[in-house]
Amino acid sequence: MNSRMVPLLAFIMLLALLLVGLKIADRKTFIPSPLLNKPAPAFNLPVLGSPEKHLSKESFIGRPYVVNFWGSWCITCRAEHPVITHLAKMNVVSVVGMNFRDEPEDAIAWLKQFGNPYEVTLTDYDARTSVDFGVYAAPETFLIDDKGTVVFKHLGQMTMDVIETEILPRIAGMESGN
Amino acid sequence: MKMKLSGLLILLLTFSVYAQQEPLVFESQQQQDRFDKLTLELRCLVCQNQNLADSDAPLAHDLRREVYEMVQSGQNNEDIKKFLVERYGDFVLYRPPVQNNTYLLWLGPLLLLIGGGLVLRSNIKQRTALIDADEPEK
Repeated sequence: MNSRMVPLLAFIMLLALLLVGLKIADRKTFIPSPLLNKPAPAFNLPVLGSPEKHLSKESFIGRPYVVNFWGSWCITCRAEHPVITHLAKMNVVSVVGMNFRDEPEDAIAWLKQFGNPYEVTLTDYDARTSVDFGVYAAPETFLIDDKGTVVFKHLGQMTMDVIETEILPRIAGMESGN
Repeated sequence: MKMKLSGLLILLLTFSVYAQQEPLVFESQQQQDRFDKLTLELRCLVCQNQNLADSDAPLAHDLRREVYEMVQSGQNNEDIKKFLVERYGDFVLYRPPVQNNTYLLWLGPLLLLIGGGLVLRSNIKQRTALIDADEPEK
């Protein structure tokens, strides 16, 4: 090989590296959940509005459900709220709200203002359950099957597209699988 | 006297680094050191280019609390890292583990060094050959 080609070749390789970097740039902030296809973390949390009542992971075994982590401080949660509401109104799956790092007054006022699509909202104010779920942003949405296994996670704003291409087919698959 | 002075200086140094954080009380200096080292090596996932010790994000606060409690309860560093990796993935580690998908990352610099060495060697050989070829004519 001509030694003059070496710098050119090195440059082309560097260029390729940069192009790959650019292509995956929007995926770099996305971290795939290590929880996928594993049992959902155990929790036992007070219900928003009636803090004397607690619900645990076991309370939900036997049917698939969606867990939506949200907070009244979270702008994107507000943006995705109509989509979560739409999903709840389809009546194909229970939608459970996980209100974290929040205050009950703020959360209740938020639900009053924007509507309450959740079958039940649990409060995780010391954020321990959110840490167990590996939540690092808000909103984050998990689909958990009837056996309590995490089958899907969506990071950030929920969209109709994600519901139609990711969530609904998985729920349909669970029903036909039984 | 010297010992006392250097001890004081070290103390002042730590204050400047961790001044922003909640005061944490440790049973021993060893636990404090472990906590400091761990939070420097663990990534805050919200602000992805900061470690847990530096970040003021609520998530970093919560994860520092988890690490603190695990250090207090006597869990070893591997257990603590495992706890976080199980929830957040390898990305939480600033020092990625050596495994299938990180071989290139760990061995890349060595490969570059070897490649550079080979290029350098062939270059030197060529030049030496040129010089050798020149010399007899003089």
